[in-house]
Amino acid sequence: MIRSHVLICGGTGCTSSGSMAVREALQKELEAKGLTEEIKIVTTGCFGLCALGPVMIVYPDGTFYSMVKPEDVAEIVEEHLLKGRPVARLEYHEKSGDHHIPTSLSETQFYKKQHRVALRNCGVINPEDINEYIAVDGYRALGKVLTEMTPDEVIQTMLDSGLRGRGGAGFPTGLKWKFASGNRGKVQKYVCCNADEGDPGAFMDRSILEGDPHAVLEAMAIAGYAIGSDQGYIYVRAEYPIAIHRLEIAIKQAHELGLLGKDIFGTGFDFDVQLRFGAGAFVCGEETALMTSIEGNRGEPRPRPPFPAVKGLFAQPTILNNVETYANIPQIILKGAQWFASMGSEKSKGTKVFALGGKITNTGLIEIPMGTSLREIIYDIGGGVPNGKKLKAVQTGGPSGGCIPASLIDTPVDYESLAAIGSIIGSGGMIVMDEDNCMVDIAKFFLEFTVDESCGKCTACRVGTRRLLELLDKVISGNGELEDLDKMEQLAMYIKTNSLCGLGQTAPNPVLSTLKYFRDEYIAHIVDKKCPAHVCKKLVRYKIVEDKCRGCTKCARNCPVNAISGAVKQVHTIDQQKCIKCGACMSGCAFKAIVKE
Amino acid sequence: MKSLAELAAIREKMKDKVAIRKGLGQVRVVVGMGTCGIAAGARSVLSAFVEKVSEAGLSDKVTVTQTGCVGNCQLEPVVEVFEDGKEKVTYVKMTAEKVSEVVEQHLKGGKVVEQYTIENYKD
Repeated sequence: MIRSHVLICGGTGCTSSGSMAVREALQKELEAKGLTEEIKIVTTGCFGLCALGPVMIVYPDGTFYSMVKPEDVAEIVEEHLLKGRPVARLEYHEKSGDHHIPTSLSETQFYKKQHRVALRNCGVINPEDINEYIAVDGYRALGKVLTEMTPDEVIQTMLDSGLRGRGGAGFPTGLKWKFASGNRGKVQKYVCCNADEGDPGAFMDRSILEGDPHAVLEAMAIAGYAIGSDQGYIYVRAEYPIAIHRLEIAIKQAHELGLLGKDIFGTGFDFDVQLRFGAGAFVCGEETALMTSIEGNRGEPRPRPPFPAVKGLFAQPTILNNVETYANIPQIILKGAQWFASMGSEKSKGTKVFALGGKITNTGLIEIPMGTSLREIIYDIGGGVPNGKKLKAVQTGGPSGGCIPASLIDTPVDYESLAAIGSIIGSGGMIVMDEDNCMVDIAKFFLEFTVDESCGKCTACRVGTRRLLELLDKVISGNGELEDLDKMEQLAMYIKTNSLCGLGQTAPNPVLSTLKYFRDEYIAHIVDKKCPAHVCKKLVRYKIVEDKCRGCTKCARNCPVNAISGAVKQVHTIDQQKCIKCGACMSGCAFKAIVKE
Repeated sequence: MKSLAELAAIREKMKDKVAIRKGLGQVRVVVGMGTCGIAAGARSVLSAFVEKVSEAGLSDKVTVTQTGCVGNCQLEPVVEVFEDGKEKVTYVKMTAEKVSEVVEQHLKGGKVVEQYTIENYKD
């Protein structure tokens, strides 16, 4: 008889910090102690607090252990699982004033303000066991639409809920379905799922697929019923091996129980799902390129119209939704459109998952009601900027998004508010930057990404982004002129208006938004030939402070290019011509006598 | 899957198995599992509680957990029952057989099994 469940995170984050080794050690220890009949190990999807992995939760008491190592396992078994005394040194502690209090996961500041809809089963159920999904009302929504609702009622529910696409563009999901709903039963239609998550730093779709794959399958079947389609495709990137593995298991188990396949619930409705793997091209996250890739061709976008709802995959009417969008749908069916519409802000309903990263204490995955302010996200949930540094900006929306300056931190996060200040929600990447980040360098990072990933089909994007990058490089290397800034803005607008697909149309956004809010940093690079954050190598100079240098010779010995000279117990000097700005002298100096300027 | 009833049957069967992850229930049965408790047979008492609570269909309401030594080593296995708004009940010298009575009469029926409590214990 099972008296306790030990949940171990099997998401990509915790797997790479070694959660599977912990699991193995636990299994062995339970066997050795003869506890396998009493205690069950459950591998789950992501809990969200990826920075603290491997993460483990013991139920029924809900004790939350973080950074567990295989060598800790024996103590956990002996003390906690056998004798009922939680191992205090491994419990997650939250700082509250001077006190450190052991905190269960749901009580942490990180979780308290979250509202989990799309992520509700991640870290709660075993994603490789369909029965656990069914235990938490899984496939009940599909049963409900097939037996109690007409396809038009399903679409109306989607419209009423106000659900908008979570992949980036924010198009109303119900409307998309409505456009594809004509001629049901007369033409072949397709339901596609976009799991080609490619923004640097974004991993919400991966976590949903890893933690709750059945929710996506169930929602796709619901979509199939709504528009009159019997075939679905999930386009998932090959770089997500755990997600693919769990999807394969989920599809197989759903088939075995007859929740996919022919005559589901005896209603005569057929639906099947196949996987297609993306080979790593960012542009394949764009809907027309994605469908072209599923067809077996090179993944390149094509002009719209015709839109996929009219002429999509294999030239048939198709709907394409993002993973997170789908993950919301079974809940909307079960709890009703009004329930969903009651969350969020006026035009952005429901919740949104964000991947919090960069200079933030709690790196991980969060889900919050739309309209939550950036301040709450960064300080209350994210725990603020570490090391006492000052917040400078928040980048949202990845390479298609923009940088929001710290002065706009009270902006509510929803589609309209972010668009109004020149950024986007995008797929949900949120990268926090502090005073050590150079905004020109950040713009370059994202632009380099889009230059690499441009498919080359249209000139505006292929050539335009490259020329824009050259102008940025000119500024970063200290050769920029003030008129380059105007040139960059002109070129950026040209790329935006003339590119074929979303990739090119949004590629200049990181440059435009940093030019808008951090123009002074660009000017410092051009006029003063200085990088205020000391990031851009060509503008940084390392200098030895004379009255701090003791002449210990350590820096001279550390320097890989012999750029530092000076006798023992004499002040040393750096030859700026030879210096390659590697920073080895500064990090090695015991007297803090070397500074960057 | 041919019908909604089939799905409901799986859901009902599985519900109990994941209920444990909802956290602590309204009634908490805590079995002393210190070295003294284990030596006196607390393991079988704990297993019996888990089993009987589930059989009685009380998994939603009752959580069975363990704790260390409470200090009455000679009275082990000791079991404490906590319920919100009620006095704690302490059972001593528990056995798997006594567990059935406690589950049936106390946890299900709401009537404390007085003869097994620490107050009524006699050497």
